[in-house]
Amino acid sequence: MLKIDNLHASVEDKSILKGINLEVKPGEVHAIMGPNGSGKSTLASVIAGKEEYEVTKGNITFDGEDIEELAAEERAHKGIFLSFQYPIEIPGVSVTNFIKTAINESRKAKGLEDMPAKDMLKLIREKADLLEIDRKFLSRSLNEGFSGGEKKRNEIFQMAMLDPKLAILDETDSGLDIDALRIVANGVNKLKNKDNAVVVITHYQRLLDYIVPDFVHVLYNGRIVKSGGKELAHELEEKGYDWIKEEVNA
Amino acid sequence: MDLKEKLLSSYLVFEDHVDMDTHIHNLRNDAIKIFEEKGFPTKKEEDWKYTSLNKILKEDYSVFPKQENAIEYNDVKKYFIHDIDSYKIVFIDGKYSSHLSQTTHDGMDICLMSAAFTKPKYRLVIENYFNKAASKDSLSSLNTAFSSEGAYIHIPKNKLVEKPIQIIHFSTGNEAATMLQPRNLVVVDENSHVQIIERHQSLTSNAVLTNSVTEIFANKRAIVDYYKIQNDNSNASLIDNTFIKQKQESVASVHTFSFGGKLTRNNLNFYQEGERIDSTLKGVTIIGDNQHVDHNTLVHHIEPNCESHQDYKGIFDENSTGVFNGKVVVEKEAQKTNAFQANNNILISDKATINTKPQLEIFADDVKCSHGCTIGQLDESALFYMQSRGIPKKEAKALLMYAFSNNVLNSVKIPEMKQRITKIIANKLGVNLGFDL
Repeated sequence: MLKIDNLHASVEDKSILKGINLEVKPGEVHAIMGPNGSGKSTLASVIAGKEEYEVTKGNITFDGEDIEELAAEERAHKGIFLSFQYPIEIPGVSVTNFIKTAINESRKAKGLEDMPAKDMLKLIREKADLLEIDRKFLSRSLNEGFSGGEKKRNEIFQMAMLDPKLAILDETDSGLDIDALRIVANGVNKLKNKDNAVVVITHYQRLLDYIVPDFVHVLYNGRIVKSGGKELAHELEEKGYDWIKEEVNA
Repeated sequence: MDLKEKLLSSYLVFEDHVDMDTHIHNLRNDAIKIFEEKGFPTKKEEDWKYTSLNKILKEDYSVFPKQENAIEYNDVKKYFIHDIDSYKIVFIDGKYSSHLSQTTHDGMDICLMSAAFTKPKYRLVIENYFNKAASKDSLSSLNTAFSSEGAYIHIPKNKLVEKPIQIIHFSTGNEAATMLQPRNLVVVDENSHVQIIERHQSLTSNAVLTNSVTEIFANKRAIVDYYKIQNDNSNASLIDNTFIKQKQESVASVHTFSFGGKLTRNNLNFYQEGERIDSTLKGVTIIGDNQHVDHNTLVHHIEPNCESHQDYKGIFDENSTGVFNGKVVVEKEAQKTNAFQANNNILISDKATINTKPQLEIFADDVKCSHGCTIGQLDESALFYMQSRGIPKKEAKALLMYAFSNNVLNSVKIPEMKQRITKIIANKLGVNLGFDL
């Protein structure tokens, strides 16, 4: 599904990703871990198509298609979803109107009519229930004045609505208390099936107790320096990142 | 002949067509003298530092446009808020159009200045109010000198005017260039409530210069909501001089939506002559091309315990320029004044310019006054956020602009008006968001 080959990327001439190789197949859950500043969020942004990041070498294909030239919205239309570490506040645009716009723009791109209002409402209710989101919440301005937990839940709600093939969850666990974490993880697990894939970017192993990865990769200094199964996450939790750094620097 | 000379000599012709033996005409005579003395404002004047009239004054304006072309309602329907029942006072090239208008004398007067100037039953109101709020600056004086037509609205006390009043000035461009000087008077007596929508619209690409004066009197506990839609074509310029005098406990608001025109200058002045008065001045400006919009506001706090709220949002693209000059004066007697002012701007292009200048003159010591202005760009990370959800960049930008304007849009009290503004913005940005905010 997603194939990243020798990816180099920089922002404002500062080289951040220095040769990433990663393949994600349908049905898989990958976790990308690593210390601060290792390039985790950059990798997520580059896959999602943030303009400020320049791919200097290598390539990214999605379902066999090179996506490097595609705008962020075109990647979204192909089924890539990025859950933001810091979701943006948009005052004056309600959660409902925002997600309606997002869904109908995706449909428009595929040559489909707008989703009938009745179906939209039904879908919104169903997904809101899945994430235990209060209906009143849906008429509030997007992310404005939301708590950290509400923002993240709203991200996963949007993911549920958009039903992506590939979901990248960037530090979705940060700022979540244990109950919110469980709700969010539950939501992700219920959305998971054999045809879609999830990439979880996280600092800590905590979220991985709930969203269990098939593969764990350690990103350090712009490269994936170690890959393994879910037990690698436990090892990192126990020993920290220093031994990895030492291994790499040796 | 330059425009000033032309206007001065036209005044003599104008006098042939009006009753010179009236109180009004004395005011006109005084006013033309002021204009003769001061002339058109130039950039040397502090209040005109960022707005030059030079270019638009070069046209050879016809000062007395010929009789109008007939306009059919269906051809201009789109310029009305047509999905609501309303009173309408419509002018074509400065002349009243009875077939497009819907006026009334039933318990209130929603009609014409020309009638108010000449009929005895209006004499008292005219004597008490006409030219009592307008300042003696050169442009307002020029309008006063030529004042003969416009909207006349008098709402007696304890009256809730259930339908909004739409005042629309069309110009048909019969002449190569037309100058119009409408004069409106709005008097709202004790406890009454009125909503007014005003629009100036040119129907051709010939040059139009409108120098408009509107005087509004909100008497004790009156509520006046005034909306200005400025979305004219790129050869039409507007100098809008609006003066609002408020008495005790009255509530007045002016919303100005500036989306078009070549040059637009809004001189908006509030005078608070009583206690516990509330004044609101809000505006959204979204322009591009070589357009220029200048908001020059004044709130004069004269008595204690009053409030004013100013909130102006501007979005400037291409080579457009914006000016915000907001003056708040708090007199020594005006203790416990709450005066707020905000001016936020987004520059979309590198070539767009905004000059923003808050001016606070506070002589009282127990007041709350705040002002803030910002100039920024569209938030790139917000754009990326929306794009990552599948919303294309153009639509994402539009959504951000709506969000940016939302505070102002939200205080529009006529839902159809709010929808219309939303649609005008959507058209302007070339998007269809499929929902109203």
